[in-house]
Amino acid sequence: MTPKKKSPELFAEWRSGSTVRNLLKTISGEIIAIKRPIRIMEVCGTHTMTLHRAGLKPLLREAGVEMVSGPGCPVCITPDYYHEAIINLVTSQKNILAATFGDMTRVPTARGSLQTTVPFPGSEIKIVYSPEEALELAGKNPGKEVIFFGAGFETTIPAIAHTVKKAAEKKLTNFSLLAALWLIPPAIEAILKSGEVAIDGFIYPGHVSAVIGQKAYTFVAEKFGVPGAIAGFEPADVLLGVLSVSRQIRNGRPEVSNEYRRVVRTDGNPLALTLMAEMLQPFAADWRGLGRIQNSGLKLKPAWKEYDATTRFDLKLKPSRSHISGCRCGDVLKGLIGPLDCPLFARACNPDHPLGPCMVSYEGACLIEYKYSSGEKKK
Amino acid sequence: MKLVSLEMGSGGRLMQEFIKERLLPAFKNRYLQVLHDSALLPAGLALTTDSYTVDPIFFPGGDIGTLCVNGTVNDLVVSGARPEYLSLALIIEEGLEMSSLERILRSVRKTAARNRVQIVTGDTKVVPRGQADRIYINTAGIGHMVGRPQPEKIKPGDKILVTGTVGEHGLAIMLARNSFRLSSRVRSDCAPLVFLLPLWKKGALWMRDITRGGLATVLSELADRISYPLLVEETRIPFSRALKGAVEILGIDPLYLACEGRALLVVKEGDAGRALRALRNNHASGQAAIIGEVQDKIGRKGEALLRTSSGGLRLLEPLTSELLPRIC
Amino acid sequence: MCLAVPGKVVSLEGDGTGKVDYLGTTVLANLSLLPEVKVGDWVIVHAGFAISRLDRTEARRTLKLFKELEKLNLSD
Repeated sequence: MTPKKKSPELFAEWRSGSTVRNLLKTISGEIIAIKRPIRIMEVCGTHTMTLHRAGLKPLLREAGVEMVSGPGCPVCITPDYYHEAIINLVTSQKNILAATFGDMTRVPTARGSLQTTVPFPGSEIKIVYSPEEALELAGKNPGKEVIFFGAGFETTIPAIAHTVKKAAEKKLTNFSLLAALWLIPPAIEAILKSGEVAIDGFIYPGHVSAVIGQKAYTFVAEKFGVPGAIAGFEPADVLLGVLSVSRQIRNGRPEVSNEYRRVVRTDGNPLALTLMAEMLQPFAADWRGLGRIQNSGLKLKPAWKEYDATTRFDLKLKPSRSHISGCRCGDVLKGLIGPLDCPLFARACNPDHPLGPCMVSYEGACLIEYKYSSGEKKK
Repeated sequence: MKLVSLEMGSGGRLMQEFIKERLLPAFKNRYLQVLHDSALLPAGLALTTDSYTVDPIFFPGGDIGTLCVNGTVNDLVVSGARPEYLSLALIIEEGLEMSSLERILRSVRKTAARNRVQIVTGDTKVVPRGQADRIYINTAGIGHMVGRPQPEKIKPGDKILVTGTVGEHGLAIMLARNSFRLSSRVRSDCAPLVFLLPLWKKGALWMRDITRGGLATVLSELADRISYPLLVEETRIPFSRALKGAVEILGIDPLYLACEGRALLVVKEGDAGRALRALRNNHASGQAAIIGEVQDKIGRKGEALLRTSSGGLRLLEPLTSELLPRIC
Repeated sequence: MCLAVPGKVVSLEGDGTGKVDYLGTTVLANLSLLPEVKVGDWVIVHAGFAISRLDRTEARRTLKLFKELEKLNLSD
């Protein structure tokens, strides 16, 4: 029997209006039984994207579910001083080739963005689409020091780690990583501990979970009594997650349910996890908006210090004051406010003149709201 | 904004602002004011111009030569004019291979012949190495009106059509510049739209070729121009299978990808069915579709709304930032 | 951050990479994180790396669930 997934309309069932309507109706039924509206936080830019692009947020609101975006955007939570460190390097030394993802280059800092930076003669800034491309650049430019500025959560971390390992295997002497690697479960814990945001449940990121597995979130249900569901990224996937959370609330039985079983295994990807453990170690990282969180960032272990740009170039990653008064990216990332609550949103801060990373990153809550929401905002 | 940014030329909001705030006030006259794709001049003439700076100059489905003729021809067609004569101005970078130049000129000749336009005047400049990227071309086109856009007559019930699958040119160019380790069958949709001319007498009220900024940008511009909101059905927009695969992998929104041989039409309600059949019968527009309509029940004036496949509503905005694929 | 699509592995290139097909577009992906992957498997590719296998039985199960929900709502 050929599974439906093989047809050209691969996700037709997951996107169809009727599937979505049925799920919304079922969710509505649960909310009626709960007798009050609920707030669910997702912590993944791609979930934010699906909610907006498919127009699900207003539909969920009607059903009694308010969706809140948390720190789901790795470019957004990387503090400015990482970018400033690269900018300093690239403007003061020659033969530096800084490689990073497209939206990283547009993040505004006190020293401008990577995109507007004029490098020292002989140095350059290049946009790459995968960590391996940065490795290829190192191979092709033996006279240049290639620094890959890589940001990501657990979905991307194994790929970045693998690339560094490959650099070592190839005995490259001109490749290093400026790591901005962030872990989701500690961020969730920090949000719950702070108690600042009222959340009834979580939607866990499907592909981060494909790497870290289901058990990584157990503490949310057991220690904090908050329900959660791992969800995929098609509209129906997100709604299945919301439905599961609603049911958990209704039954008073918080757990970590896996609504993305076609991709996520209970133990995640053991090989990826082993690779991460081999090469990286956790540290207390400073997140934009959330501040310092214990064991929330990953950096290269001392054995790999040759490939660590911070030691190789003696980069000072020191917290500095935000240069934009009024920018509330930090609060948006915590889920404390939504983009519409920021006084700069769509006025002083918009995609053509962004003031903060939330309006720059493709995963940024503000950019997504601006591009896809049904315009209460402007004019 | 103190320095000119790349985005000012990308076809989106920043460019529209630049035109409205700096160009229009500088050149005040009633022909420019209208901001059609071509200027509608006395004696029933239409005039248009475009510069072509595409990179790379050769891509699957065409090259800068085919582009510089089709692009200008299409601007005349969607303004209601039959394209007749073109000028051709070349700015060539020192060091360009003669074989490439000849290849481009062959494309210009073939495309002009196909469109029955004559290249009647031109200019050639060569600039020192590094001062242009291989070759830039400007073409201006002129022709007589056979119809007239009438956006003021557009009312609820009138239908919105596209002439074929959208986004292929933009994607083909993106993939030609950077393979992203993808191999795709997508080819530029660069093609002439001359076959649309008869529709001016058969119910077409407004046409625009879908170029930079993609379908979403054109819909947003249409909404700005008329007194009613638009509602478009996502499920009715034609996309090729090859494009669907690539954009999902790259995380690009296909509604913002450029075309170079597709048009958006607004056709009177009563004539829409016939217009669609005529388009479908033509090989060049076999995938034409009615994707939505002008209406006054949902949304507000100036809004181009998309009903998503999931049943939600989304507001379409013009392109704001340079389209770079996401990865994470 | 989780942007990834499912695709079918159509060839193994021997150096830890393989070609993955999605709707006719082929991506060259690094398969080192999924060692026992074979041609014909469906995988999720993110940032050029295959990070998980797609379980088609589970996919079918979800499709069945959608059908059940439809019946449930119709009978209301």
